[in-house]
Amino acid sequence: MDMRILKCTVNGKEVQVGYDPRESLLDTLRNRLHLTSVKRGCEVGECGACTVLIDGVTTDTCLYLTDWAQGKEILTVEGLQGPDGALDPVQQAFVDEFAVQCGFCIPGLIMSTVEIVRSGKTYDRDELRKLLSGHLCRCTGYQDVMNAVERAVEYCHERLGEEEGQPVR
Amino acid sequence: MEKLKEVGRPVARVDAYDKVTGRAMYTDDLCPKPCLEARILHSTIGNGVVKSIDVSEAEKVPGVVGIFTCFDTPEWAYPVAGHPWYAESKKEKRDVGDRRLLDPRVRIYGDNIAAVVAEDTVSCDRALAKIKVEYEEYPVVYDPIESMRGTEHPVQEGKPDNVVAHTLAKTDDEKLATMGYSCVEDVLTDPRYHHYKLHMETGEQSQVHIETCTSYCYEENGKIVCVSSTQIPHICRRVIGQALGIPWGDVRVIKPYIGGGFGTKQDIHYEPLNAWLCKQVGGRPVRLELSREELFFGTSGRQPKSFDVEASVDDDMNLRARSIKAWSNTGGYIHHGHALVLNSVNSFRWLYHRQEDAIRCEAWTVHTNGPHTGAMRAYGVPEGNWAAECLMGDIAHDMGWDGVEFRLRNAIYQGYVDEFSPGNYISARTCGLPECVEKGKAYIEWDKKKAEYANQTGPVRHGVGVAFFVYKTAVAPFALETATAAITLNQDGSFQLQMGATEIGQGADTVFSQMAAEAIGVDTEDIHIVSFQDTDVTPYDAGAYASRQTYVSGTAVKKAGEKLRAKIIEFAAGLYPAAQGDLTLRDHAIYDTVGNRVCGLGDLALEAYYNTEHNDQLHARATANVHTNAIACGCTFADVTVDMPLGLVTVNKIINVQDSGRLINPKLVEQQVHGGMAQSIGFGLYEEVQVDPKTGRVLNPTLLDYKIPTTMDVPDLEAQFVETDDPTGPYGNKAVGETPIISPAGAIRDAILDATGVKFYQEPMTPQRLFEGFKKEGLI
Repeated sequence: MDMRILKCTVNGKEVQVGYDPRESLLDTLRNRLHLTSVKRGCEVGECGACTVLIDGVTTDTCLYLTDWAQGKEILTVEGLQGPDGALDPVQQAFVDEFAVQCGFCIPGLIMSTVEIVRSGKTYDRDELRKLLSGHLCRCTGYQDVMNAVERAVEYCHERLGEEEGQPVR
Repeated sequence: MEKLKEVGRPVARVDAYDKVTGRAMYTDDLCPKPCLEARILHSTIGNGVVKSIDVSEAEKVPGVVGIFTCFDTPEWAYPVAGHPWYAESKKEKRDVGDRRLLDPRVRIYGDNIAAVVAEDTVSCDRALAKIKVEYEEYPVVYDPIESMRGTEHPVQEGKPDNVVAHTLAKTDDEKLATMGYSCVEDVLTDPRYHHYKLHMETGEQSQVHIETCTSYCYEENGKIVCVSSTQIPHICRRVIGQALGIPWGDVRVIKPYIGGGFGTKQDIHYEPLNAWLCKQVGGRPVRLELSREELFFGTSGRQPKSFDVEASVDDDMNLRARSIKAWSNTGGYIHHGHALVLNSVNSFRWLYHRQEDAIRCEAWTVHTNGPHTGAMRAYGVPEGNWAAECLMGDIAHDMGWDGVEFRLRNAIYQGYVDEFSPGNYISARTCGLPECVEKGKAYIEWDKKKAEYANQTGPVRHGVGVAFFVYKTAVAPFALETATAAITLNQDGSFQLQMGATEIGQGADTVFSQMAAEAIGVDTEDIHIVSFQDTDVTPYDAGAYASRQTYVSGTAVKKAGEKLRAKIIEFAAGLYPAAQGDLTLRDHAIYDTVGNRVCGLGDLALEAYYNTEHNDQLHARATANVHTNAIACGCTFADVTVDMPLGLVTVNKIINVQDSGRLINPKLVEQQVHGGMAQSIGFGLYEEVQVDPKTGRVLNPTLLDYKIPTTMDVPDLEAQFVETDDPTGPYGNKAVGETPIISPAGAIRDAILDATGVKFYQEPMTPQRLFEGFKKEGLI
């Protein structure tokens, strides 16, 4: 099938890349843009491993045709680190709380956590559990993952507080 | 316990940074794309023979490079289980080979009968849809008991009754004669005792690692290279060699980071076929990735089992005798075979064989046309534990005894030696079980809750439950245990550590680094571990299974580290002959006997590499051929709410407390326990591969229909420990990785019994089964 050209923003950079119109965004990100943090676990939207932010909204890229991504802003884990390589507070929280084991589901979980912390809202642990229930993890029993998400919210609020010169509740 | 410097430190995982940044490379991340894609044609019958395959239409699909059928592949069979191989002198211990790359004899629904190689996966799938197959169909048998009566077409040749193996271990009649009995049955039916006779069943659990099984192969320098998500790279190399009939040295296996295994990847499922297909297309890179659906029938889940259990118990809470008969359904292929059910009945015996006069453990492993099953975390023990704990729970409940006190009175103890295992290998040299139980009771508020939950009425009730567990460490004395580690001093005074043992998410790389640092006398941060295995360069190790690596491979690390430390000190002594007395290495420097600093480790390393007269790259390599075993033990306590009309069990609180010897990294051990507990909650309450008994077809091969716990399904998980210093472990450590999946399901079952008085024997206790059980008892 004839290739088409995708024009969109990926991790803050404008990109143009050829794609097969039958292709999922998961395959384009992995195979053509080499963003291999976006993992394939089920290909049918059950496991959440391929989650990225599209225009700020968490999306399973295995269920999302590349064709639909024209003009969109896409953010993956590769786009989270600062220019000097410093970890994003969400990434740091996952390290500090020992939330990582095999690591395969982690990029997807981190992207959902980024969406949560960027919402500016505060959630209790049960609400966070509900928000993350679309991510399957087989290693952690979610215990340290939930701790990491709570820690990430804390880190981000602290940073926001520092920026604004006052604590944020 | 003597305090150690690096062992026992909760250091951050060495792979955490790469895994949160997306830099950690897994098999498919490394695959050169676009490359050729391979997909498999699975049989649409559960038993029979492929008469013919017509690929003429399929070959016309654009993009197809080659189609290969079961009539094209070599006719010999090879073994696939992740077990050690044996030399000619011990060849009777070798695994049976019953797998062919593609096989015209269909034994299970979804068997591999042809494969397509094409430019892309769409072309593969289109071609697969156009292949026409003609079968001769035989009746399907899924029930092992029925299968044992014999079938017209035995599942595997040479086994007319479909029995893979049958074993019996029982107390000697001679020993019983001294007590006035003639056989075990006499003790079981002694009229002075209370008699129990129960039947239990456990279903097939699927591992559900989030990374599927994936590999890609290519030829380079006349060798076949296979990059695979495997727990056992060196075994993978051997099996590819055997399957293709080529020298093992012509095979190179590379294992990058892997996205979970839990036992699936302790079998060599599709790597040999991938390698063979690669050779058929001239050595071009070919990728073979299983879909999520294929994983459920194309790889091996936990063996379904059934148990007949009998017991006699006296008025003073002492078990007098137990008997277990176990039937294990290994499906169409042998894979790990009888080793699994042996683990079930052995652990049943070890856990409560304290006061007993007699014990009897009998087991069958049976072929059927069900999906082939194999290794899953804790390898048969959760099933045996289910049988043991159903029995203990029922007795305590019926007799009105405290379940904890009754169990402790009969449980494994320090000094226990298993009379049925070779030598005295299976013995509890350390056993912190009583202390574990104290901690668990305190956390769950056992006595308080027991009183609070007594005499409940109404449709929603609460209960607390307990289960104990026991687990051996590694596979000696039953099989070979060997591991090799290699450590090199770098120019800057840091170290390069190479292991054949594999990181599969459990944290092996981190604890190996800590043990190496401890042995050499430096900091964990000074160790650079090479995470990927490449069979061309990494030392030999059997791989990740049996909770063996920290124990066996850890012993190799310790030996190599100590050897290298001695070499460094010897080199320093040669270089600085004026230094006084015996030298030592500490704080990154060499000191003499009176405490004078002789030189820094970095300076010494530079001398080792670049001294024009005496340079010597300092390196040590050590193999540990381990002949010991160590018994880990512990318990789970659970607090549940049971909504009987809904058949819904909510786990409110749950704790695992275990004695895994000394903890190398307390945080990583906690991680292991959390994950195992969640898997056991799923095992106990809903995870089950459902098989249509008429066709052998898996009915729920998706993550919607086969549900694993989500964030919503597990409560906060509590992990606590009792540390002992086992004399056999390299640093006093015992099994950790698999142990936490053993007892939570039994504790939940016990809590449901406490809440409702209803006894469940079939695992998983799904809402339907619970509902039916409560209805039968007239509670709803």
